[in-house]
Amino acid sequence: MNPSTPHIGLFIPCYVDQFYPNVAIATLELLEKLGCKVSYPLEQTCCGQPMANAGYERDTVGTSRHFLEIFGGFDYIVAPSGSCVLHVKEHFPPIPSMEKTQSEVHNRIFELTEFLTDILKVDQLEGAFPHRVGYHASCHGQRGLRLASSSEMHISPFNKAKKLLENLKGLEWVELSRTDECCGFGGTFSVTEEALSIQMGKDRLEDHQEKQVEILTGGDMSCIMHLQGIASREGNAMKFMHVAEILNQAIQ
Amino acid sequence: MSHPQAAAEFLKNQAKAKWHDETLWFVRDKRDRISKTIPEWEDLRNLASEIKDHTLSRLDFYLEEFEKNALKNGIQVHWAKDAEEHNRIVLGILQKKDCKAIVKSKSILTEECHLNPYLETNGIEVVDTDLGERIVQFLNQPPSHIVLPAIHLKKGEISELFHEKLQTEKGNEDPTYLTQAARIHLREKFLKAKVAITGVNFGVAETGEFVVCTNEGNADMGVHLADVHIACMGIEKLIPRRSDLGVFLRLLARSATGQPVTNYNSHFRSPSPGKEIHLVLVDNGRTAQLAREKFRNSLKCIRCGACMNTCPIYRRSGGFSYGSTVPGPIGSILSPGLDMKKHSTLPFASTLCGSCSDVCPVKINIHEQLYEWRQEITKTHGELGKSLSMKLASGIFKSPLAYKISGNLMRSALKNLPKSLIYHPINSWGKGRNLPETPELSFKEWYKRNRS
Repeated sequence: MNPSTPHIGLFIPCYVDQFYPNVAIATLELLEKLGCKVSYPLEQTCCGQPMANAGYERDTVGTSRHFLEIFGGFDYIVAPSGSCVLHVKEHFPPIPSMEKTQSEVHNRIFELTEFLTDILKVDQLEGAFPHRVGYHASCHGQRGLRLASSSEMHISPFNKAKKLLENLKGLEWVELSRTDECCGFGGTFSVTEEALSIQMGKDRLEDHQEKQVEILTGGDMSCIMHLQGIASREGNAMKFMHVAEILNQAIQ
Repeated sequence: MSHPQAAAEFLKNQAKAKWHDETLWFVRDKRDRISKTIPEWEDLRNLASEIKDHTLSRLDFYLEEFEKNALKNGIQVHWAKDAEEHNRIVLGILQKKDCKAIVKSKSILTEECHLNPYLETNGIEVVDTDLGERIVQFLNQPPSHIVLPAIHLKKGEISELFHEKLQTEKGNEDPTYLTQAARIHLREKFLKAKVAITGVNFGVAETGEFVVCTNEGNADMGVHLADVHIACMGIEKLIPRRSDLGVFLRLLARSATGQPVTNYNSHFRSPSPGKEIHLVLVDNGRTAQLAREKFRNSLKCIRCGACMNTCPIYRRSGGFSYGSTVPGPIGSILSPGLDMKKHSTLPFASTLCGSCSDVCPVKINIHEQLYEWRQEITKTHGELGKSLSMKLASGIFKSPLAYKISGNLMRSALKNLPKSLIYHPINSWGKGRNLPETPELSFKEWYKRNRS
């Protein structure tokens, strides 16, 4: 590997580390296949989003400082999660004496699909994935990081994940009736507003089911954990994969 | 009742909740389609946002200009510090005119001030003349939506209500028939009322005129038949120039209902000979909101209701679940400013999905303000339990070792504990959802074995 190759710090959200190691492995392998130099700093913990969204951003100074110390030295930081990346960018409290690092991290951190399309300039991935795929747009990725145009706005349509997926051989991209409605996970919302959260999840699943989706994918495992949890409780046979898993599997 | 309780209650009637969701989604979809026929839609939103930001930044100046010009036009201007003063002013005018019955077109401000019960306890008959508002008034309910006040009711329920109140045929659910009955009923009220009350959609500082938008023409019918017109206006409803109005009228109806324009956009500038126009300018917490830097721009709101129609929470919990005059996302950032304790659960009634901010015609960053209200509310009204567990979590995530130990503990606990304990009723995750399967290794452990 060329020594001038940029060094990527792999940021794996805490619940992905604990529950979905395969998503993290797929992300790592995918980046490596695309010629990236990737390291996973072992000291990383959680970005602090659950606390901040519950109204305790002020208690996340320590967590945020820890994150900046670990990831400050990388050329890029990449994570298979729009939600956690958005949190690092938008909701870290100002960290005293780390202003420069904070602003560098803000500019160098990317969600996986945007890193592939915008930084690596991947135009088309060679690979095959012969399945009917429904895409769940995570709101934080969609409207927070603008990974895709939101249905509310009158702008030219785009979708970074779709761009990567739809060229895979055999992949059938399914158009949903509500392309970007929230699944109802919402962090602590999933337990504080349990009834609503479940209803929203059921409604999203129904949309995918009516369109005979075989595999439901997305860029955030938190949404998928919630949707999969409901589907599995209901004995629904739909399969769930993170975009990284599909891409990594397809280009083997 | 807190929002989660009210929402759970609403969802018990599954069929009706689904109908409510689909009905409002239909309106949102109509709004999407018509907004996409306007090539400069996003420019209009930017422009509207900037005009409102500018106006709010010089609100004192524009209010004085507006008052000066309105007085010049022969409008009588009153200032009300709060809801109580607003109500007293309105009652004073009615008493002076010896008026015992009034007609009122839609005004969310008068809902906010609870004008109807106030006037009624003072012996005045109040008739809301907007069809939806008349329906909820018959039921002694507040509106459940600011544009579609009776959207929580199905036509069968309205048919029953009209049968009881207006003696329509039992079981006749034909909307045209029912509307005609309401029309005849209201016509009689219009003819009798000496005073008509309206809200105000836009006050134009440069001319001292104000604009009232309705679809039913009920504001005009009331005002033109009455001797006295009382217009109640929140002080944030100003725009600097008449030429700014086009920007807002193009956005308002399209955002609200997907129509190109509201049917009646009536300009009121000066009273006809022998008649009076009173304008009541109401603060009621607005200057306090203006002083809150993070929440100031919530005052840009033009009350189109698009954030309600798009909100996946509102659609599935109904307007009443919010317990505030203005429900939905915009209400959840306005209401805590009026009474933080009462409305403390509202900013949490959101997944912060951001659809409200993207749909808003004046670009209020609603979901970001929901997040900011959460930070404020936990300072004063944080539940101890939540606060403790959050502190514990932040302690764990600050230290890699603590995180590793707790992560390992959690995974092994989930693996080894009996299902009955994991899915205990107090565990609300497990009530309707399974937990993910627990892997043998965390990614960190895998990485250590395979890469380092």
